[in-house]
Amino acid sequence: MISLQNVTITRGGQDVLRDISLAFRDSEFVGVLGPNGAGKTTLFRAILGLQPLSAGRIEVFGAPARRGNQDIGYMPQTRSTLPPSNICGFDVLANAARGHEFGLPLSGRRLREEVMAALEDVDGVELAARPLARLSGGQRQRLLLATALLGAPKLLLLDEPLISLDPAAQAAMIALIARLRRTRNLTVLFAAHDINPLLASMDRVLYLSGGHAALGTVDEVITSEGLSKLYGSEIEVLRAGGRIFVLSDRPDAHNMCDHA
Amino acid sequence: MLDYDFMRHAFLAAGIVAVLAGFVGYFLVLRGQAFAGHALSHVGFAGATGAVLLGVSPLAGMLGVTVLGGVLMGALGEKLAERDIAIGVILTMSLGLGLLFLHFFTSYATAATALLFGDVLGVDLPTIYSLLGLAALSLGILGLIARPLLFASLNPELAEAKGVSLRGLGLVFLGIVGLTTAACAQIVGVLLVFALMVGPAATAQRLSTRLAPGLVLAAGIALAEAWAGIALSYYTDWPASFWISALSGGMYLLSLSRRR
Repeated sequence: MISLQNVTITRGGQDVLRDISLAFRDSEFVGVLGPNGAGKTTLFRAILGLQPLSAGRIEVFGAPARRGNQDIGYMPQTRSTLPPSNICGFDVLANAARGHEFGLPLSGRRLREEVMAALEDVDGVELAARPLARLSGGQRQRLLLATALLGAPKLLLLDEPLISLDPAAQAAMIALIARLRRTRNLTVLFAAHDINPLLASMDRVLYLSGGHAALGTVDEVITSEGLSKLYGSEIEVLRAGGRIFVLSDRPDAHNMCDHA
Repeated sequence: MLDYDFMRHAFLAAGIVAVLAGFVGYFLVLRGQAFAGHALSHVGFAGATGAVLLGVSPLAGMLGVTVLGGVLMGALGEKLAERDIAIGVILTMSLGLGLLFLHFFTSYATAATALLFGDVLGVDLPTIYSLLGLAALSLGILGLIARPLLFASLNPELAEAKGVSLRGLGLVFLGIVGLTTAACAQIVGVLLVFALMVGPAATAQRLSTRLAPGLVLAAGIALAEAWAGIALSYYTDWPASFWISALSGGMYLLSLSRRR
């Protein structure tokens, strides 16, 4: 279980999260939503022990959040990671698998097997031989996902894995993560801009806005009433054709919500 | 050609430095810090000329300043906004300062040429021992941090989450670059350090998509270019530094023409 107790995180004089208490259950798939700057990445970094808390505490599987927790697999946003180098996918993974240990970048048989298993799990065996610089957006995402799986983590933090993917690739990515969560019995926190692709796969949704957080099923959280309270302004939630649309009169709020 | 002491010394010294530069350069190129390495050599020029003025050995002066400069650059890290400009300004100022020191120094022209363009045929036995010690120290530390350094270069956010200290590694690494720069400058001079540190490493990364083989290839290419350069210099009576830089540039251009 991952729990936050009265967590406040302040950055640049502003509360990104204010007095948040909530808990994620084991092997639960949670979509993490909210406008840009609502604190999705900050929350992940706090769970990873990289972001100091102003108040409260975070527990990850019964222990306080700390840096270097090998139980957590992390997939950062692609746009800020993976340099355009000529190194092949296999070596990037092999090096990441024991990357926190000192020594030479050599890989033994067991390591090679672990890397190939991770690549098979993301349907990416063909990425092993391909240079980083020649990967497509979807391939980079799958390589990063495979990297996050190394070391058999129990919790996956996925920061916007759907970014710059077309709808078909988005659906494939979500199906892949849903499958991994079953076969590897993972707890998954999945940050996204748009709630609709995730509707079929996620158990609960965490909605972040203006320092506040709401965690629950989609029906509980994504309502006109609930989101209006969270945003502190009038928000209308419409459901049509199995999709959810979040609307607002306020131009700035609308801008924040049209992805929700 | 090997009947002469100075030729044997030249081959020995160039061999040691080339292998060191190949390995260190591989990381430098992968991390996109080639320009920082270039700037360090110019800082070293000021250090060497300043040392001569004070009656200290130029190698010691250069070493002190390049290692200090590297560690400082590493400590400033990513916060050094507009990095290219800041580095460029430091580079120019150092060269100017070196010129001022030379102005006060009597045997002006020869010393300047040797510092700027190297004097591989003038290397004596004590210098070779110093270079050997420098290389052993640098490669020893590099071997220890190679794996986390590659992890930090290829997946910085994930490495940080797994407990790797990005800043600490960056600092130690640029310290090693400082040591290597000072060693390289003994062979090809401060202006042509690129020839041994960046050229072979960049060529190796074009030719191989594997990490460990690529590293060895970089050192091999650097060694071949350095030795071939000295041999060509012996038979043509043209400067060795010219030949080494020509081979380095030529090999890189050739590697560009090869389709990946």
